[in-house]
Formats: sequence, C-alpha cells, structure tokens
Amino acid sequence: MKACEHMIQLILFICAIIAVLGVILISYFIINEGYPVIRKVGIWEFISGQKWAPTKEIYGIYPMIAGSLLVTIGALVLGVPIGIGCAIFMAELARPRIVEILKPGIELLAGIPSVIYGLYGLTVIVPFIRKVFNNQGFSVLAGSIVLAVMILPTIINVSESAIRSVPKEYKEASLSLGSSHWQSIKNVIVPAAHSGITAAVILGMGRAIGETMAVIMIAGNSPLVPESLLSPVRTLTGNIGIEMGYASGEHQQALFATGIVLFVFVMLLNIAANLIPKKAGE
Amino acid sequence: MRIRKILAFICAAVLLIGAFTGCAPAETKVPAGNKTEEDGVSGSITMNGSTSVQPLAEELAKVFKDKNPNTTIDIQGGGSGVGIKSAADGVVDIGMSSRDLKPEEKSLKEFKIAVDGIAVIVNPNNKVEDLSTEQIFKIYTGEITDWKEVGGDSGEITVVTREEGSGTRGAFIELTKIESKSEGDRTVASAITQGSTGAVIATIAGDPNAIGYASFGSAKESTGIKMISIDGKACTEENIYSGEYKISRPFLMLTKAEPTGLAKAFLDFILGEEGQTVISGHNYLKAVK
Repeated sequence: MKACEHMIQLILFICAIIAVLGVILISYFIINEGYPVIRKVGIWEFISGQKWAPTKEIYGIYPMIAGSLLVTIGALVLGVPIGIGCAIFMAELARPRIVEILKPGIELLAGIPSVIYGLYGLTVIVPFIRKVFNNQGFSVLAGSIVLAVMILPTIINVSESAIRSVPKEYKEASLSLGSSHWQSIKNVIVPAAHSGITAAVILGMGRAIGETMAVIMIAGNSPLVPESLLSPVRTLTGNIGIEMGYASGEHQQALFATGIVLFVFVMLLNIAANLIPKKAGE
Repeated sequence: MRIRKILAFICAAVLLIGAFTGCAPAETKVPAGNKTEEDGVSGSITMNGSTSVQPLAEELAKVFKDKNPNTTIDIQGGGSGVGIKSAADGVVDIGMSSRDLKPEEKSLKEFKIAVDGIAVIVNPNNKVEDLSTEQIFKIYTGEITDWKEVGGDSGEITVVTREEGSGTRGAFIELTKIESKSEGDRTVASAITQGSTGAVIATIAGDPNAIGYASFGSAKESTGIKMISIDGKACTEENIYSGEYKISRPFLMLTKAEPTGLAKAFLDFILGEEGQTVISGHNYLKAVK
C-alpha cells in the first residue's frame, strides 16, 4: 500500500509539473524566437519605434503598445464602474431570487466566444459609431466598448466575492451605529473589500490586454498611434494575430518579439494582482 | 482498495494512449503516391499555402477524388509565404502561392494553374464607377482623401487594406505601384487593416465611403459591394485574361523537386482540360489556353 501511495504522489506531482513546464516551454520558445530581432533592432528602438513596416524590416511597436494601453484603459473606464456597481447590487441589495437570475446570465456572458463579441462589434457597434461620428467606425472607442463588456464577468465575479467575504460584523457594527444601508456600503463594506476589488480590476485589465480576436475585428488595426478615441488602433495582440498567417523569417520573429513585450505586460499585471493583500479589511 | 482502482484506471489510460500512438507509424507507412494498375493512383499528399488558392485547390481535389477514390489530399491554408517555405522545406508535397516567386525562391518547381484578378471594390451606394491606377495609387498613399476629388459625393475616403505579408496586399501594392523599390510599401498608415478577404468585404459593405480590394473570384461571389473599373476597363474575366485589366496575379503550385506519384497525377489533372474547366467554373482564369 505504501508503494501505491508513493506512486499516486508521483503521478500527481507529474501532473503539477506539466502545467509549470508548459509555462516554461512557452516562455523559452517565445523568447528564443523573438529575441534575435530585439537584439538586432535594439530593445529601446523596438519599443519606442514609431514605424512598423515588417516587409521593409522596420520594427517599431510603440503604436501597438500605446494602442493596447489606450484600448485597455478605455475598457476599464467603461467597465469598472458598471462591474463594481453590479457586484455591490448582487452582494448587498438584490433579493436571492434576482441573484439567481443574474448569476447565470453573467456566467453566460463569460462563456460567449470572443469571435462572437467581435461579430457583434462589427455589425452593431462599428456602424453605430460610424453613424454618430461620421467617420470610419473602427476605433479605440469601438474596441473599448466591446472589451468593457467582455471584462464585466471577471470584474463582477471577483469583486462580488470580495464584498461577500467582508465579515458580517463590520456591516452590523456600522448599522448599529445608526448609518443607513447605503452609508454602510459606501463607508465600510466597499473600503473593506478594496483589495479584492483592486484584484478584480487588475484581472479584468489582464483579460482586456490579452484579448485578440474581438479587437482585430473592430479596432481597424492601423499601425499608428491613435490621435483620438475615434482613430483606428492596433493592439499588441492584434499585431500578432493579424500578421501571423503570412509572416515568415524575420517578420515572424518580430511578431514573437511583440509577444515578449505582451508577455512582460501580462506578467507585471499578474505580479501586481498577487501583491495585493488577500484578506478583507487589511 | 480505492487506490488500486485508480491505479488500474491509470494503467488502462496509459495502455490506451500506447495503443493510439502505436497506430500513428502504421498510418504513415502508406506510401505517398503509390500507383497500382487497376485503381489508377492512390495514397495521400499534403498541401498548404495561400488562402486565396486554398478554396480552389479544395474544389479541384474534390473532383480529383471522385475519379480517384483511393487518394487523400490534405489541404491547409497558412498563406503564400507558408506555402513557399513548406514546399522548400519539403514539409508538404505541394505548396500554394498567390504571388510570383522571388528570385531566391526560384529553386522550386512552379506550376501556374490559374490567373486571378484583384477587384477594387466600393460600397454600392458610391457614385464612383471608374478609377485610374494613378487615382488608386493616390488614394492608397493618402494624397487623395475625399471622394469628391475623384468624381464622387463629398466624404472622407475610408481606405481599407490587408495586413503586411498577405499575398493579396503584396499583389495589389505591386501592381498599382504603391510599392516601389526605393521606398517600399507606401500604403497610408491610417488605413483600416483587415486580416481576411471576408473582413475586407464586410467593411466595404458597411461603410459607404470605404474602398478596398479582394480577389476577383471572392468579390464576384459577394453581395453588398461594387467592383469598379480600372483605367476604363471593367473588372471582368475577359479583361483580366487579356491583360487589359491591370491588377491581376498568378496562382502557383510549388514542389521541391520534379513531382512524382500522386502529386504529379494531381498537377497533371489541374493543368489538364478537366482541371482547367473547374478553374474557369470558379471565376478564375485558366493558366493554359
């Protein structure tokens, strides 16, 4: 029996290692493929270069970095207030019956494939922006709107559970001191859950910055630093996604190098999310 | 007891995986392009490359397979670059390209199977019916930005292009001189860039001020867009074929060495009367008269 236990332990250990190995292999592969271009161009030139013309061997991804950040920030500006509002409503105000309806709805939102979001954006949001602003429609704004909807489930779920995990005593103490329900929410519960809510925002940001398919379909993908919210924009993921099909040689390596930069961004976000204290009220 | 059950399950799983992987080498033992007397050709080949050539190749393979049921032709996309590279590396039996080979790629055996025109497309509500190559050049390099400069209603032109590396874009910028030896690709950077023919057509169909391009075969099949004439020559089969319509390109099949077996049989079929009939049936132009 003892040998058996060891066997099982070993097998489970292998399972655990495979996941880590996946990360290591992928990181190694991306860096191995992409690094030669970064070395050739120079890291600073690569991330600050304004011009992207891979067939002319000019690799500057500053427009894509700016694009990714702009679209993501736009998505957060639109998505975070709605998401946190929804989380507060579900955790504090809604009757259980309503939560029962809302919860599966939000889960369904998370389950919609991103290409469907893209299609929706292409057929509804882009023409809408085109009509209202009388421009080409493909824009930072279109990308931000669709991404805002896409990150809602992440923000709602994580911040809802953060709000729910605030000790009951906090709320009871607040109410017994004579504050109203809304005052307790505003001054006690939400501040106590702020670390969880921050984590929710960072996770949502990670989702937004990594989204590819939907953004490609609605952002316009022009490799230019957007002049305004109504200009077309290309994100880091879009740069890889749109050009991967036909890229070869150094062009392909430059796309892997774009991947390295994206990887660093996502890693920083994950580290930031992990640094936030987990417990409510700390 | 439970642990023993789990162990048994794991053993079974390992055995099952072994059984599956055991199958793989057996399959590859089937010789590619093996000829037998009574069945004609049999075996399997793989192809990849240009997504413009791919649908046509699939149709050709279907007709070929009806006549040679013991064959398998596996066709993947990937793009012209991938097709050329895969053929050169010997990863596939036949590579597909929708652009002419560069000098350094000329070591491949190439078979021109068809000619494709690139249609310049606009929204059906656009009044413009004809543009010169000069005007197209100016629109795509950002010199002309309003439709009223080329005889249309006033409105800012939405320039739609394909991503760098795409065979259609490569052919378009070369044929319209947007790409020059000294200055490279001069497509205006603010152009909307789409990653597929379908996305370009959807964009044009939705935007009354948009201009874009797509292969004649795809554009002709699509609704919600309008093909315009170039230098007074309509984008029609006759004009592309005669060369009067300026924006056209070849469809190539590529092999690493002189093709043999099934690859040869398939290429012979494509270049034969029957294959060329299939090609013209799909609005592409025959490579051989």
